[in-house]
Amino acid sequence: MVKQVLLIEDEPNIIEAVSFILSRDGWKVATHSNGETAMAAIRSQKPDALVLDVMLPGRSGYEILQDLRSDDVFSDLPVLMLTARGQKKDRDAADRLGVTRFMSKPFSNAEVLAALREIAGVD
Amino acid sequence: MPHTGLTGSRIRERRLGLRVRQADLARDVGISPAYLNLIEHNRRRIGGKLLMDIARLLQVEPAQLSEGAGQALVAGLGAAAARTETTSSVESDRVEDFAGRFPGWAALILAQAQRIEEMETVVETLSDRLTHDPHLAASLHEVISTVTAIRSTSAILAETQDIDPDWQARFLRNIREEAQRLSSSAEGLVTYLDAGAEAREMQVSAADDLAAFVEASRYHFPLLERPAAGEGELAILLDGAEELRDRGAHDLARRMLVRYLSDARAMPETAFRASLTSTGGDPARVADGFGVGLDAVLRRIASLPPEEGGQESGLVICDGSGTVTFRKGVEGFPLPRFGAACPLWPLYQALARPAQPVEGIVEMPGQEAKTFRCRALSLPRPSSSFDAPPIHEATMLIEPVSEPVGNVLPVGASCRICPRETCAARREPSILGMRS
Repeated sequence: MVKQVLLIEDEPNIIEAVSFILSRDGWKVATHSNGETAMAAIRSQKPDALVLDVMLPGRSGYEILQDLRSDDVFSDLPVLMLTARGQKKDRDAADRLGVTRFMSKPFSNAEVLAALREIAGVD
Repeated sequence: MPHTGLTGSRIRERRLGLRVRQADLARDVGISPAYLNLIEHNRRRIGGKLLMDIARLLQVEPAQLSEGAGQALVAGLGAAAARTETTSSVESDRVEDFAGRFPGWAALILAQAQRIEEMETVVETLSDRLTHDPHLAASLHEVISTVTAIRSTSAILAETQDIDPDWQARFLRNIREEAQRLSSSAEGLVTYLDAGAEAREMQVSAADDLAAFVEASRYHFPLLERPAAGEGELAILLDGAEELRDRGAHDLARRMLVRYLSDARAMPETAFRASLTSTGGDPARVADGFGVGLDAVLRRIASLPPEEGGQESGLVICDGSGTVTFRKGVEGFPLPRFGAACPLWPLYQALARPAQPVEGIVEMPGQEAKTFRCRALSLPRPSSSFDAPPIHEATMLIEPVSEPVGNVLPVGASCRICPRETCAARREPSILGMRS
């Protein structure tokens, strides 16, 4: 069965590149670029995995992650978080909020694919 | 009034400097050489007529013998010694001796200590800036975002064998777009950091420049005391102020001067002095008479030079966070240049009780402790809008008093350089503590 991934990111060219590699890897990709309406998008799409940027217009990726983890439906949703700030304290904050995997930008395409496959349990 | 301490050492110092023999000086003031010797070794107290006579023969002011080389210098040296790590090798007990003997070197040490403190603040400011500067954070974020897009897109182009020509064209365009964005944000970042490098050498903070400006004038601006003073006079003062090294400092000084001008207009010097005399110096009654706020009267008192025989007063203003925004120092009442001051100051009591005047006699620590009458008041500043939170501002007038009446509250300058170890208001250990 084809797995679905939702990419929440606001940089158009990153969206384009990441969508491309994910599709080529066999994922069905949906994208969303606004923090404020991200939760609604996640609820309606019900993806198998989420790629979440931290710095988003409206609401941060951290806030969205917090909402997800306090919601029974999404408490186990695999979340790969991407951020331009890869410092330890950012990593710790994401860990505390229950991130599945944390990756700092810039990343290699292969890394993203491998990480996503791993957390979503795709062989 | 008898003086203890090192008056004797200073007499000896001065006498030797003038090459006067102990026996000759003793004879001239009518005491035995042995007694003068005891005085010079601080084994006998000296005061009154004898001190006057000796001072006259040694051609110095009596106060210079009894109070020594500027208290400020001595206090400053003590603080400088306390700030270093290796205080154990410093002869702290002989600081007055040192300052009296080598005033030039002492002043140099003080100036260097001040410079070090400034540099430390610059370092703190810089590290704060790296962590909190929103412009820097946004620029770096932009650089990383574009690099991310370029890296990912170029990898797709390089690694995807059978890429569709449309996609290929699209990705090439994206890369070009991102590369342009990257070069302009990198350029912006360089310009910003370069500009920052210049600013860093220039000043510690705008507030510090303002304090230097106030200090240079002793918070008295004759130009603004003229009956028709206005914008022109403000501009002359601001343009001529070398202490104000950037726009921020300039704006702070302007705001301060505008307020000074309005105080001076509301309370012209002659009428103000007359009112002070007729009310027995009661600021509340003076305020009532001129129809101004009590804080304006406190500022006005501090702005006028003391009359014949009077003593100069200091003024300190802080905002609701306790941060000192204005300071005019007064001898013996050190106002910290950086960081928070002593929480026991009536200034802060006033902050906790808005609109209610607070008065207290306080004593600063030190060998020859000085007492001051402090009168403080906290008032909300006029708000910018109806529902804005009130911005409080506390003002405190500091006047030296030689014979305090009533309770005297021991206070300090700031915990770090305060010797009152058991103070209930202490928030951090004193760096002076080690010495005793």
